[in-house]
Amino acid sequence: MAKATFSVRRQTGFATIALVCFVMLYAPILTLMIYSFNDGTSVAIWEGFSWRWYERAAANEQVQESALLSLKIASIAAVLATIFATMAALATTRTRPYRGLTAIFAAINTPLMVPEIVTAVALLIFFASIKVATGYTGIAYLVAAHTAFCIPFAYLPIRARLESMDATLEIAAADLYATPWRAFRRVTFPLLWPGIVAGLMLAFVISLDDVVITEFVKSAGQDTLPTYMLGQLRRIVTPEMNAISTVFLGISVMVVALFFFMTRKKN
Amino acid sequence: MSTAAAAVEAKNVSKIFGAGVGEVRALDNVSVTIRQNEFFTLLGPSGCGKTTLLRLIAGFEMPTEGSILLEGEEVAHLPPFKRPVNTVFQNYALFPHMSVAENIGFGLEMLGKPKTEVQQTVDAMLRLVRMEELKHRKTSQISGGQQQRVALARALAPRPKVLLLDEPLSALDYKLRKDMQLELKRMQHETGITFIFVTHDQEEALTMSDRIAVMSQGNILQIGSPDEIYERPADRFVADFIGETNFIEAEVIERIGEDGRIRLPSGVAVSHKLASNAGVGSRVTLAIRPERIDLVRADGETHLKGKVDNIVYFGTDTTFHVGLDSGQSVTVRVQNRRGHQEILQVGDVVGLTIAPEAMQILRD
Ligand SMILES: Nc1ncnc2c1ncn2[C@@H]1O[C@H](COP(=O)(O)OP(=O)(O)OP(=O)(O)O)[C@@H](O)[C@H]1O
Ligand SMILES: [Mg+2]
Repeated sequence: MAKATFSVRRQTGFATIALVCFVMLYAPILTLMIYSFNDGTSVAIWEGFSWRWYERAAANEQVQESALLSLKIASIAAVLATIFATMAALATTRTRPYRGLTAIFAAINTPLMVPEIVTAVALLIFFASIKVATGYTGIAYLVAAHTAFCIPFAYLPIRARLESMDATLEIAAADLYATPWRAFRRVTFPLLWPGIVAGLMLAFVISLDDVVITEFVKSAGQDTLPTYMLGQLRRIVTPEMNAISTVFLGISVMVVALFFFMTRKKN
Repeated sequence: MSTAAAAVEAKNVSKIFGAGVGEVRALDNVSVTIRQNEFFTLLGPSGCGKTTLLRLIAGFEMPTEGSILLEGEEVAHLPPFKRPVNTVFQNYALFPHMSVAENIGFGLEMLGKPKTEVQQTVDAMLRLVRMEELKHRKTSQISGGQQQRVALARALAPRPKVLLLDEPLSALDYKLRKDMQLELKRMQHETGITFIFVTHDQEEALTMSDRIAVMSQGNILQIGSPDEIYERPADRFVADFIGETNFIEAEVIERIGEDGRIRLPSGVAVSHKLASNAGVGSRVTLAIRPERIDLVRADGETHLKGKVDNIVYFGTDTTFHVGLDSGQSVTVRVQNRRGHQEILQVGDVVGLTIAPEAMQILRD
């Protein structure tokens, strides 16, 4: 049957290209996961199934500590970034257009385009001077840095949600005797919630995953899971890395899946 | 509370959007008084400022100049959530995350009414708009007409002093619109609330309103009852906008006080009351409704004479387009009684007679 509309699926080679892409994407990950169950010490030669590398990773105190730090930083940074992003989104969409609005919009989003290494070096220098001045070397630097680079990621879904929301709903609430705060609580916020959750999850995953900025900003002994793994990989590679990576991947997928089901139930 | 005060009063209200070259004068020195318990309609073409006037009354916008009074009190200092005015929005603006009942109860809840009272009123409103069975539905799961009724119930539930309705029926199909027109009238009657209704449908305005304000380009051209607006349009725009009208130029040839005589294009002179500024020799425009013209034999006594150019049959009536000697075409509508339309044919020469009170002299 001839179809009137253009269908990319019927172009020659489409299936092949799609297949190659999927293989490129998932074959390495699949290999990594498979070798995490290797009984031997090699990440390339299969010697039978075992849980030993998972047991070993779980018993590794450095892994425990860095994983805990990762979760701590990601949780705090994601919550802070989402709060700021929500406020930024409200301030850039729920006001009359004002002079400089475009500039502010650009300022919020450029961090997405600035090479991460540049941000990392800048933060390193900036925080170094604060460290010298105050003597403080705690995790606040990491939290601040993560919050900062997570804001644009949290901002995007929240803003998208706000823009697709009918602004007359808020006017209608005001018309029905809701003060601005109650209109926000009862109308804007519940409708914005899926966007906020999306922003939170995105910020969490982005923070959890960060290597470059963390590597530059961290003080001695402040390894997150990714920077710990990076350090280990420089020395010797055992399937323990595969095991950690697999668990890491599992957590990320779970966060995303959780978000997916939460938003789907809402609608 | 003074019962004598008008429900809503706009005094010399202007609203300007933007500035400089992009400036839009949405309302230009508008004054209007809307009485208690009145079904008042704002009628006018798209962009004439109807919504803007409603938004000023509701408090979503502030006038650039002039003042708005609710029951005699200036409300400039009151934000929308403190005004005893509710709106039925053009797109309904129902809260999608709430049920039908929650939507209707929202206003009362915000007013801090006790739960039982909210529930009772919601149930009463559901009965009023005949939506009892759909109480627990999400508003995204009901039809357009049902959404419209929920919007109406939601705006009525807090018993506002004034209800603003911004083209609430425009999204509905013909049949549903007719039903809702009747229902709106019934609800206004039952609740005694002042309704300010916006439409650009002249038929809707004529059938529903106690009074109509005809607007054009930010101005109110005429305020009056439907028959006043229809029978005695103040100017050419109103006459043209409401129903079909023939415009005929005439010349003033005599005047004594208010009484005068005017000469029609055919040369026939008729007596007519004149406005003070129409001196002898000045030209005036007459507005004449097609159904107020009678077709007679051309050789009898007539006001105008012409040739039938076209006959259009409409079922209940027939429209004749008559070309005058002056070249102008006049539309005449005749009710179809048996045997009437067979007499005339295209090309026949006919005479037209018009009752003097059906010739409305327009203001310039
Ligand atoms: N926020 C605004 N900014 C700039 N111009 C506006 C704004 N709101 C309305 N206008 C302009 O003011 C004029 C009147 O608009 P308004 O919405 O009152 O028209 P309306 O009579 O309700 O028309 P419609 O029948 O199409 O709804 C229009 O020319 C419109 O473009
Ligand atoms: Mg409008």
